[in-house]
Amino acid sequence: MNARLLPYMLILPVTLFLCLFFLYPFVLVAKQAFTTGAGFTLDNFREVVSYWKFPISLKNTLLLAAAVVPIQLALSLLMATMVTRMEKGRDLVLYVWTIPLGISDLAAGLIWLAIFEQSGFLNSMMHGMGIVDKPANLLTFQNPGLVFVAIALAEIWRATAIMLVILVAGIGLIPKEYYEAAEVFGASPWKRFVRITLPMLRPSLQTALVLRVIMAFEVFAVVAALGGTLFPVLMGETYAYQFDLLNSGAAAAMALVILAISIAATLVILRALRVPKGATI
Amino acid sequence: MSLHFKLAGAVSGIALALSAGVAQAEILFWSTQAKPVEEAQAMREQVLAGFEDAVDYQPNDAGPWLTRLSAEIQSGTGTIGLLGALHGDFSAMDPGTLVDLGDTGTMSASDTFNSLAKLGTDSMQYMPWMQASYIMAANREALQYLPEGADIDALTYDQLIAWTANVHAAEGEPKFGFPAGPKGLKHRFFQGYLYPSYTDGVVRTFASDKAVTAWEKFKELWAHTNPGSTNFSFMQEQLLSGDAWIVFDHTSRLANAFNERPDDFVAFPAPAGPEGRGFMPVLAGIAIPETAPDKDTAKALIDYLMQPETQIATLKATNFFPVVDVDLPDDLPPSVKAAGDAVAKMSGSADANPGLLPAGLGDKGGDFNRVFVDSFERIVLAGQPIEAVLQDQKGRLEAIMNETGAPCWAPDAPSDGACPVE
Repeated sequence: MNARLLPYMLILPVTLFLCLFFLYPFVLVAKQAFTTGAGFTLDNFREVVSYWKFPISLKNTLLLAAAVVPIQLALSLLMATMVTRMEKGRDLVLYVWTIPLGISDLAAGLIWLAIFEQSGFLNSMMHGMGIVDKPANLLTFQNPGLVFVAIALAEIWRATAIMLVILVAGIGLIPKEYYEAAEVFGASPWKRFVRITLPMLRPSLQTALVLRVIMAFEVFAVVAALGGTLFPVLMGETYAYQFDLLNSGAAAAMALVILAISIAATLVILRALRVPKGATI
Repeated sequence: MSLHFKLAGAVSGIALALSAGVAQAEILFWSTQAKPVEEAQAMREQVLAGFEDAVDYQPNDAGPWLTRLSAEIQSGTGTIGLLGALHGDFSAMDPGTLVDLGDTGTMSASDTFNSLAKLGTDSMQYMPWMQASYIMAANREALQYLPEGADIDALTYDQLIAWTANVHAAEGEPKFGFPAGPKGLKHRFFQGYLYPSYTDGVVRTFASDKAVTAWEKFKELWAHTNPGSTNFSFMQEQLLSGDAWIVFDHTSRLANAFNERPDDFVAFPAPAGPEGRGFMPVLAGIAIPETAPDKDTAKALIDYLMQPETQIATLKATNFFPVVDVDLPDDLPPSVKAAGDAVAKMSGSADANPGLLPAGLGDKGGDFNRVFVDSFERIVLAGQPIEAVLQDQKGRLEAIMNETGAPCWAPDAPSDGACPVE
């Protein structure tokens, strides 16, 4: 076997798989979004964008991402630094922290629903401790703020681990010599974090943020479980077009809108966290 | 030949024989009805076990149900033998993909149902299978707060509002329950109950002055409604938990409450407005897709399901009532008795104003429902001005009616061509 051809041979199965099960369906979806049975048209996009819930669901999706991702970034950085400094029990802590990653997002939503609903754990606890007279209904249309907080909490709990795992791996790659040199010059732990860890972590941060932000734009099951129809998001609207209205064209258009937003966010993150040319770790 | 090989051969032989047997004898009954585990199990054990061939009963949500069916129709070959779904699910399909059932010799006892089942063609595309309706139910604790002079079997909307207000004041929390959750059937309340009762129409009168009154009244009722209602989809749960004392819902979505604690709850007719007591049936049907592998067995199964004894077994299993003439036995579950009485009182009342299921909307049924759900979310939840919302939604409704060309259905006055929004 020609050594120059070997790498291509090795990635061939994956490439074929992606072409067949990702690229081809994607082309079909794109075609569906731009046609209504009578040639090329933007009608599907006009329809979904002019719907009165579109601005609300767009705002909700972006707001949720803007609230959740920075908190998760800070949390996962903190947790990753803590884990790398641990001498004993490091693996155990990592396993425990990544448990939410193994739970499906709908199950995560249901767990938090069990906490927040009228006869849920939070209400029972507050009632038992005498803080409230009787269990109050928390997740209602009257408390949009609370619905938002509950969804954000569930999202943070569920998806911080994916960033954590990437960052832990990234921190492990940073050579110890930098820290030793910094210590020799008397840099404080905070200085070392800001001047060494953060810059050296850029590639991992990029990956973690891109993954997480795309996931944030696709949020669906957690919102459906906790907010029902009270907190419309883009993905929920896509589902409604496909299954309630049986309008695949509009659903495909919504999917492309989400894709466009994801690509835009990815480009911004890649640009903001780019590793300067020639710099390596 | 080693023992190993013999064993492997025997096992694969048995497997082959089994799979061949399954493929020949079993007919796949692909349904959107009787989804809860207990109901599905009752369908298998008490209804379908009596059929001459084995039936594989598979209930599903409407989305996956349609996805698989469409895939089979598109590919031209299929494994689904019989379809079970609501009228609305069938009317969203192309009648050409369903086997004509006009020559099967059976039909329902209701001419209205039989003509709905034609889906706008000349012959029956699905067989009316079972029916239900929406009723009200209340916890007996709430009865003491009934306003003076009110007869629970002949309530008006004003009396209902006064009643829920009394309960609210006495108990300190709103106890009316409304299925406004994501899977709740709230749109049917507006289409079949509120609008007919207040405007004597659904489409023509959508944005009329009377409709504004209807929404104002509903807002009054909403003030005494458990705010958690936006998460309620099966009101039997809230009846049993006590979160709601007076509720509106589909008869089969109230059944568990009556079956578990029959002495605690009462069922009664929906209230009446200035234009009468609006109410609406639910109709489920069975059909054979053109891609069915064994159409004769499927037709035999339809025939079996339409037998009076099978219809009674279906009633016990699913809480959906027969569509053929039957003599109901005495040993019915409490839910069936309660719901049956309430429906009888509702349809037999002097001011009854029965509506029909939306017809002729094709695959725009979901969009039609959305017009009403959106109006509810904007007027009631978001507090937007009623007239402005109705004027805005009216455009959407007009577009749907013009696109489908659906003529008016009762209680709207008949129309030539598409039903106009006045």
